[in-house]
Amino acid sequence: MTRYLPVIVTAAVFALGYAVCALQFPAFLSTRVIADLLTDNAFLGILAVGMTFVIISGGIDLSVGSVVGFTTVFLALAIGTWNIPPLLAFMLVLLVATLFGATMGALIQGFEMPPFIVTLAGMFLARGASFLLSTESIPVTAPLYGAISDFALRLPGGGRLSVVGLIMLAVFLAGGILLHLTRFGTNVYALGGNRVSTGLMGISVGRHTVAIYALSSFLAGLSGIVFSLYTSSGYSLSAVGVELDTIAAVVIGGTLLTGGYGFMAGTFLGVLMQGLIQTYINFDGTLSSWWTKIVTGVLLFAFIAFQQATLALARRSVRGTAAKGTTP
Amino acid sequence: MRRLSSMTTLLAATMLAGGLNAASAAELTVGFSQIGSESGWRAAETSVSKSEAKKRNITLKIADAQQKQENQIKAIRSFVAQGVDAIFLAPVVASGWDSVLKEAKEAKIPVILLDRDIDPAGKELYLTAVTSDSVHEGEVAGKWLAKTVGSKPCNVVELQGTVGASVATNRKKGFDTAIASASNIKVVRSQTGDFTRAKGKEVMESFIKAEGGGKSICAVYAHNDDMMVGAIQAMKEAGLKPGKDVLTVSIDAVPDIFKAIAAGEANATVELTPDMAGPAFEALTAYKSKGTVPPKWIQTESKLYTAADNPQKVYDSKKGLGY
Repeated sequence: MTRYLPVIVTAAVFALGYAVCALQFPAFLSTRVIADLLTDNAFLGILAVGMTFVIISGGIDLSVGSVVGFTTVFLALAIGTWNIPPLLAFMLVLLVATLFGATMGALIQGFEMPPFIVTLAGMFLARGASFLLSTESIPVTAPLYGAISDFALRLPGGGRLSVVGLIMLAVFLAGGILLHLTRFGTNVYALGGNRVSTGLMGISVGRHTVAIYALSSFLAGLSGIVFSLYTSSGYSLSAVGVELDTIAAVVIGGTLLTGGYGFMAGTFLGVLMQGLIQTYINFDGTLSSWWTKIVTGVLLFAFIAFQQATLALARRSVRGTAAKGTTP
Repeated sequence: MRRLSSMTTLLAATMLAGGLNAASAAELTVGFSQIGSESGWRAAETSVSKSEAKKRNITLKIADAQQKQENQIKAIRSFVAQGVDAIFLAPVVASGWDSVLKEAKEAKIPVILLDRDIDPAGKELYLTAVTSDSVHEGEVAGKWLAKTVGSKPCNVVELQGTVGASVATNRKKGFDTAIASASNIKVVRSQTGDFTRAKGKEVMESFIKAEGGGKSICAVYAHNDDMMVGAIQAMKEAGLKPGKDVLTVSIDAVPDIFKAIAAGEANATVELTPDMAGPAFEALTAYKSKGTVPPKWIQTESKLYTAADNPQKVYDSKKGLGY
C-alpha cells in the first residue's frame, strides 16, 4: 500500500483539482476539454515516458526539448525542401535521434561522466544544430500532415480525440508494459537503486545505460514528430525549456529524482496535472499565465517534501521490524 | 493531510478570485491569445485591449503565451472549448495555425488577427487582420519632413532598425518614396541602430563626427523612437540643438518621445497605435449584429504627432499603459 501512496496522492490531487475547475467552469466536464488535454499535452507526455525511464535509472536527460526543436526543423526541411516523403523523413529523424541518445549514453557510461553534464552538452548541441538548419518558422504543407491533423475520433459532446493524442496514449501503454512487465524494466529499477550491486548481479550496466538514453532520445524524436504534426511547421525555437516541464511532470507523478522508484501511471497524471493548470488559467482569462509556473513549482515542492517524508517513514518502519527480529 | 488541505485553500483562493471576475456578465466574450510582454509596445497593446473591451462591456479573456506557439494553440483550443464569441490572435510566428484555426471555424467562432499576419495559405481561416502598414508609416514621416523643409536643401541622416527586419525595410522604403519627389532632400548617411537607445546614440555620434561636427545635418530620421531618444542625447552632448538646429522625425510614439517633443528637443513622431483591439471590436460587433463582413485587412491609422498636439498631455495619457 505504501508503495503506491505517492501515485494515489497525485491521483487524488488531480481529481480534486479537476472537480474545482469543473465547479467553476462546467465546460470542464465536456469531452472537448478532456480530449484537448490529451492533444495539447501529447508532446509533453511522450517526452515524460522516456524521462520516467531515465529518472528511475538514476539519471537525467536535459536534451529532450532541444531534440524536439531539432526534429521539427529537420522534418520541415526534409519534407519541404529536400522533398523526402514524410514517412521516410520520420524514420530518418527517429534514427538520428536514437543514435544521438545512444552516444550520450555511451559517453555517460564510458567516461563515467555525470548525465547532467553530458545531456546538457547534448541540449546545446541539438539546439545549435537546429538553428544552423534554419532560424525561420517553416510551414509544412505535405498532404499527409493535413490528413493527420484533420483526422480525429469524434467523441459525443464535441470532443476530438486527435491522432497525436492517440499516439501519446499508445506510448504510455507501451512504456508502462516495458517498465513494469519486462526484464528490461526491472533492470532499470535495479540500476536506479544501486549501480554497483546491479553490476555485481551480472546485469550489463553499460548496455542498459546506452539503451535508456537511446530510448529517451527516440521518444524525444517521436515527440518532435508529434509537435511538428501539432503545429504543421518547424521552428528552431520550439519546445524551449520543455525538458524542465517534463522533469516536473515525472516528479509530480511520484517518481523519485534519486532513482529506483516510480510508476508510469503517475507520470501520466503528472502530465495531465500541468495541462489542467494551464487550461484553468486559459479559461479564467484574467490570471497571468505565469501562474502555471508558480503552481507547478508549489506542487513540485510539495511532492518532493512528501516523498522525503514517506521515505523517512519507510526507513524507520524497516529499522523497527529489523530490531524486533521479524522478517519484513 | 495538512499538505492536502493547504492545497485546497490555494485552489479555493484562485477559484474565488476567478469567480468574482466571472460575475460581471457581458454581452460578448472574446478570447485573446497574446504573444507575451516582450516589449513596452506589446504591454501597452494588452492594457489598451483591456480598456477597449471594458468600454464596450465585452468580457476579454487574455492568455499570455510567453512567446511560445504551443501555448497560443492551447489557448485557442481552450477558447473554443469554452465557446467564446470570437478569438483574437496576435500570432508569434506566421505558420502552423491551420489545424487549430480550422477547429475554431468548425465551431463557428470568428478569428481576428491583431498586429501580425499569418501565411497567405490561411486566408480563409480568419475573418480579418488588424495591422499597421509600416511602409505607410515611413511615408507619413517622409511627407512631414518634405512639407517642413519646403524648398531648402536638406541633408538627412537615417537610423535604421535591425537589419533584415521587415519593419525596418518597410519604414525605409516608405520614407524614400515620400522624399523621392523632393530633390532638395537627400539621405546622406544611413546605418543600423538596432532599434535600441544605446546603438542609436552610438551611431549618431559617428554621424556627427563624419559630418563635420554635425553642422551639415539638417534632419534625423529614425525607424523608431528609442533610437531617436539616443540620438537626441548624442546631439546634445555634441553641442547641437535637436529640434531647432536639427529636425527630428521617428516612428512608434512611445511616451519618452513626447517628453522630448514637449521639451522642444524633438519635432515629430508617427504613431504605431497599440489600439489594435478597438477596430477589431468594431468589426466584430458589426459582424455579429448586422452580419457585415469586414475587409480582409483593416489598416490602423498612422497618426503624426508634433509639438502642436499637446505632447505633455499625450505623454500623461500614455505613460500608464505599460510602455
